[in-house]
Amino acid sequence: MKKGKTNWLITGLLIAGSLLILFPLYLAVTISFKTPEEMGKSLLALPEQWSFSNYAQAIELTNFFQAMGNSLFITFFVVVLTLLTNSMVAYAIARNMHKKFYKFIFYYLVSAMFIPFPIIMLPIVKQTAQWNLDNLVGLIFLYVVYGLAFNVFLYVGYIKSIPAELEEAAIVDGASTWVVFWKVIFPLLMPMNATVGILTTLWAWNDFMLPLVIISDRELSTLPLVQFVFQGQFSTDYNLAFSSYLMALAPMILVYIIAQKWIISGVTKGAIK
Amino acid sequence: MKSRQRAFMLMTVPALILFFIFHTYPALQGIYYSFTDYKGYGEWNFVGLKNYFNVFQDERALQAYGFTFKFAIIATILVNIFSLVIAIGLNSKIKFSKTLRAVYFLPNILSILIVGYIFNFIFTFFIPDIAQALGINALAENILGKPDLAWIGIIVVSVWQAVAFNTILYLAGLVTIPEEMYEAASIDGAGTWKKFWNITFPLIAPFFTINMVLAMKNFLMVFDHIIAMTGGGPGTSTESISLLIFRGGFEGGEFAYQSANAVIYFLVIVIISVVQLRYLQRREVEL
Repeated sequence: MKKGKTNWLITGLLIAGSLLILFPLYLAVTISFKTPEEMGKSLLALPEQWSFSNYAQAIELTNFFQAMGNSLFITFFVVVLTLLTNSMVAYAIARNMHKKFYKFIFYYLVSAMFIPFPIIMLPIVKQTAQWNLDNLVGLIFLYVVYGLAFNVFLYVGYIKSIPAELEEAAIVDGASTWVVFWKVIFPLLMPMNATVGILTTLWAWNDFMLPLVIISDRELSTLPLVQFVFQGQFSTDYNLAFSSYLMALAPMILVYIIAQKWIISGVTKGAIK
Repeated sequence: MKSRQRAFMLMTVPALILFFIFHTYPALQGIYYSFTDYKGYGEWNFVGLKNYFNVFQDERALQAYGFTFKFAIIATILVNIFSLVIAIGLNSKIKFSKTLRAVYFLPNILSILIVGYIFNFIFTFFIPDIAQALGINALAENILGKPDLAWIGIIVVSVWQAVAFNTILYLAGLVTIPEEMYEAASIDGAGTWKKFWNITFPLIAPFFTINMVLAMKNFLMVFDHIIAMTGGGPGTSTESISLLIFRGGFEGGEFAYQSANAVIYFLVIVIISVVQLRYLQRREVEL
């Protein structure tokens, strides 16, 4: 805590600790480039030849590009729709919290956070199948709707801190509530939009349980779902499996490397409010 | 003013209806079916509380509850210890602070299913390999294959991933503590431990509460980790409650029975969260 002087002991310990995080990833990367024979010699060594044949094979076997397309499609629309709709719901609630009706809606949505997914899992599967929502559109829809519970909680807290005077000026000028929301409030929500956007991206991209129960058509599999099916079929070929896992992880890691500062501060904000 | 109210209505009511149809209604249905003998298809009858009584006598269910509690409690404690220590480290005067933060937060963005598969490999091949070379017999076999040890492997993966998120939260709490407080304590002759117990820990108490409640709630819902690591095995030794509900409900034709289990599960999670919140928040006030 002392100013100025670098604490080398703690720096050293933290670096040592970070190896525990990087090591499994090192193992995954090197194994994904090896052949099964090379594995037999040493698990730790670097591959003798960096060959992409495992990757090519994994792409074919898992139908990787289709799964990635599905994941991208879902994540993109879930994030966009969540930002547009959930913020709007929260705005209406936050500005009317003194009314019983809106207060009730707020607590109704927020209390849903404590309902574990298994309690709705069995009925929702029947329902989505009956209504032809057991597909990507249905998934997008469910993520956007289920996100309300937590996102309204985040947004309402934030919107309350925005002074109402800002809107009043626009209202006096004759702007409708919709215009006020889109032109005045929504731009002011950007920090919270970033938080909600990040949390929603991580959720939609990594979620496994909802696609597992909703999607039965293999063509519609998302990346986590593909790994699950793939693992069952090719569990013995680890080199192949690891290249498949890494390809599924890579997009998020890339985004993380580029936007890491943002992501960390976004998550912090989201969790504290 | 009227049009303003109408706009607010239009902003919320459709979302509210959708939320009811796709979240509350299925939840109510789940509760409704828990009083029947519905298999998920075909005819059914009301059976009253029979499913509920049966859950309490079902050894597999009791084992799942036992495993889930044991797992959640130990994982919650470990995650909070590690993340607090790492957060304090990251908050002190260190080199490469930004890079280290980025590395320690990395696991949070990775799919736990895939992380689980990677660790599955590490437990199956890598650790036994090393252990054999070093002559450590205790680790020479895959612990995931042993009914009484497999849970440790799942704890390792869970902690590995969850520490990232909680570290960031603790870090957010630590930066709010003014440095002058430590300087004043140093002048009074307080050592590192004293500073931790008398300044750091009390001041981040609200973050401690959030971390404990969130970690516990998330670990009680453990699913992906187990699918990736052991599939609930060996036998049913690592079967969590959510995995049991999923399996029994979809594969075992136990729609109604597992619905009752899910209702119990829901009540358990709510009760534990509320008790935790009450207890930990009271502690905050006292300090």
